[in-house]
Amino acid sequence: MVPLSYYLVLSGFLFACGVAGFLIKRNIITIFMSIELMLNGVNLSFVAFAAHWHALAGQIFVFFVMVVAAAEAAVGLAIIIAVYRTRETLNIDQVNLLKL
Amino acid sequence: MTQNPYLWLIPVLPLAGATINGVLGHRSSKRAVTTVALTFSGLAFALALYIAATFSAADAPYGFTLAHWIRSGSFSADFALYLDQLSLVMLLVVTGVGFLIHIYSVGYMWDDPSYYRFFAYLNLFMFFMLTLVLASNYLVMFIGWEGVGLASYLLIGFWFTKDSAASAGKKAFIVNRIGDFGFLIALFLIIQHFGSLEFTKVFDSVAHLPAGADTETLLTTIGILLMVGACGKSAQIPLYVWLPDAMEGPTPVSALIHAATMVTAGVYMVSRSHVVFERAPTALMVVAVIGTLTALFAATIGIAQTDIKKVLAYSTVSQLGYMFMACGVGAFSAGVFHLMTHAFFKGLLFLAAGSVIHAVGGEQDMRKMGGLRSYIPWTFLTMGIATLAIAGIPPFAGFWSKDEILWQAYSSTHGSWVIWLIGVITAFITSFYMFRLLFMTFFGDYRGAKVDEHGHGTHVVGHDDHGHGEPHESPMVMLAPLMILALLSVVGGLVGIGNRFEHFLDPVFNTGAASEAAGEAASSGTEYMLMGVSVGVALLGLFLAWFLYISKPYLPQKIADRLNGLYEAVLNKYYVDEFYRRIFIKPLIDASTNILWQGVDRKIIDDTVNNAADGARHVSDEVRHMQSGNLRSYAGWIAAGSAALIAFMIWMGVR
Repeated sequence: MVPLSYYLVLSGFLFACGVAGFLIKRNIITIFMSIELMLNGVNLSFVAFAAHWHALAGQIFVFFVMVVAAAEAAVGLAIIIAVYRTRETLNIDQVNLLKL
Repeated sequence: MTQNPYLWLIPVLPLAGATINGVLGHRSSKRAVTTVALTFSGLAFALALYIAATFSAADAPYGFTLAHWIRSGSFSADFALYLDQLSLVMLLVVTGVGFLIHIYSVGYMWDDPSYYRFFAYLNLFMFFMLTLVLASNYLVMFIGWEGVGLASYLLIGFWFTKDSAASAGKKAFIVNRIGDFGFLIALFLIIQHFGSLEFTKVFDSVAHLPAGADTETLLTTIGILLMVGACGKSAQIPLYVWLPDAMEGPTPVSALIHAATMVTAGVYMVSRSHVVFERAPTALMVVAVIGTLTALFAATIGIAQTDIKKVLAYSTVSQLGYMFMACGVGAFSAGVFHLMTHAFFKGLLFLAAGSVIHAVGGEQDMRKMGGLRSYIPWTFLTMGIATLAIAGIPPFAGFWSKDEILWQAYSSTHGSWVIWLIGVITAFITSFYMFRLLFMTFFGDYRGAKVDEHGHGTHVVGHDDHGHGEPHESPMVMLAPLMILALLSVVGGLVGIGNRFEHFLDPVFNTGAASEAAGEAASSGTEYMLMGVSVGVALLGLFLAWFLYISKPYLPQKIADRLNGLYEAVLNKYYVDEFYRRIFIKPLIDASTNILWQGVDRKIIDDTVNNAADGARHVSDEVRHMQSGNLRSYAGWIAAGSAALIAFMIWMGVR
């Protein structure tokens, strides 16, 4: 049996990678992927706890997150395509029209 | 207490007149304004006469509660009116003299562009004055008290475009505030100790207080504070300074407010509170001392004044001093008697002075008058009667009341021969300066320029349209009130013969028996002797004035030169105004400027607000960079914040 802490460390590592990618990367698609990475890091900790405590609620949460993530991916990718079509760039620093 | 449903109409009628004239006056003709003003004040007078005619001592006092006002716990104060013998006398004086002066003002103010405003104020004054004298508790009295102060302020500053008039109005108002402060504290003390402001209840409680040091201390405090209020309103030392300045107002105002009625409110209030004073000998003595000193002090200033109205103003202060002298020796009815006769002859003197000023085209300086006797015979005649009356020459009104006061000052248990002596000296000075005024104005040769332009002193009275050189008699509308008041100045004192006036007021003051007994004890021989002395000094004053101003007109200047320092001091009113300026006004202005304005207001209040605003701006100037709109920097902040939070939780060991 793999101890719980292993899963949690991996989950934290994945989440931290996601955060780092989100902060550092400029490409919108990469940022998008970083967000997915964070979500999945959290999902991992959910299932790990669910298995450890034999509680189904954690697993169900994961399904919810996956559904939301799928919806988000659909909307997000559509927006990204729209942005690319109008701006011909995926560099997030250049998509700043809404700034003051 | 008999309910009298007409009572409330008396003050309300002038209020209606004031409202109508004040609101509609600027659009209506002078004739309409005159009709309204005279109708309402005349109706008030007629009603007062009706009530006086049906007044019976058995039914007295009359009362009427108009409306409930304050109900707070056990304390209550209503809009309630009260009429006994004392308020009846005041009522008749105020409405009667007030109505006559209304008539006179029609002539005097006819050419003034603010004609309607004048009558609106005048009626307003009547309303407040009647409220004051008819009040059945101290609170309603205080409304009237403050209201007449307001009306006085408005009327002194009636020609407000003139700087001196505007500041005289302010001075009167502020000095009165100082007095009102004392009055108000007295009222608070009364509420605290007696739980009511209703005259009957308060006096009942006072009468039933146990004798002892505590009672006396309390009543003395209340009495002295009431006297402070009276000093402000009735222009007594040390608060008399506003009255001479108040002469900046139109002359009818000086006659009505600053001679006949408002300034006597203090005397009325002290007389009304006689129960308090009678149980507080110290307070009574304070009243007597203030009154006596004021009488003498103001009279001496009157000697050297050259402005005809200023002489009368100081004379008023001095005569009010007499009234307080009477109250101070416990002879309240004598004080009220003098109040009444004074209203007649001093009102007359002012109106006649107004007629003189009118005649010579606005000149107020007596040195530029003289010989007016032949130009304005009616004014001369009436003013002569008033002068005889104020000087105390029998059988004119002033003689009876002044003699009564002097006799009481001598014989009353609270009196002393010192007060009597000062009173007699004052009577001599009064007689002297009044005949000086008469002789300087009406005798000798006319010294004025042949007027066809305004003299410097006055005003917008509107003599422009005359354009002639000769002094001229005033129109009938001004002379008629003079004649009626002259008649009253002759016969007004006769009601005092055989102490009839005093007996009329007995139900109020209830002291008739005591003073009568005192009078009996001191024997009537003494009374006649003292009477002889006071008549003697009056004649002496007359003679001295005749000697100095008719027989040897070059002498006064010589005497003035000889007594240069003293003369200068008297001419400059003993530098009291300058003294007050140095001691009170200047430090106050300096402290206000340097500490309150530059220190507290600028440095503390303004700077606090400004610095708070500046600080907020500076901080936000820095902090706004955080909110760059850059999404990833927000995410960075969130990440950093979460990391810090987690680190903190781990460090603290929170699970």
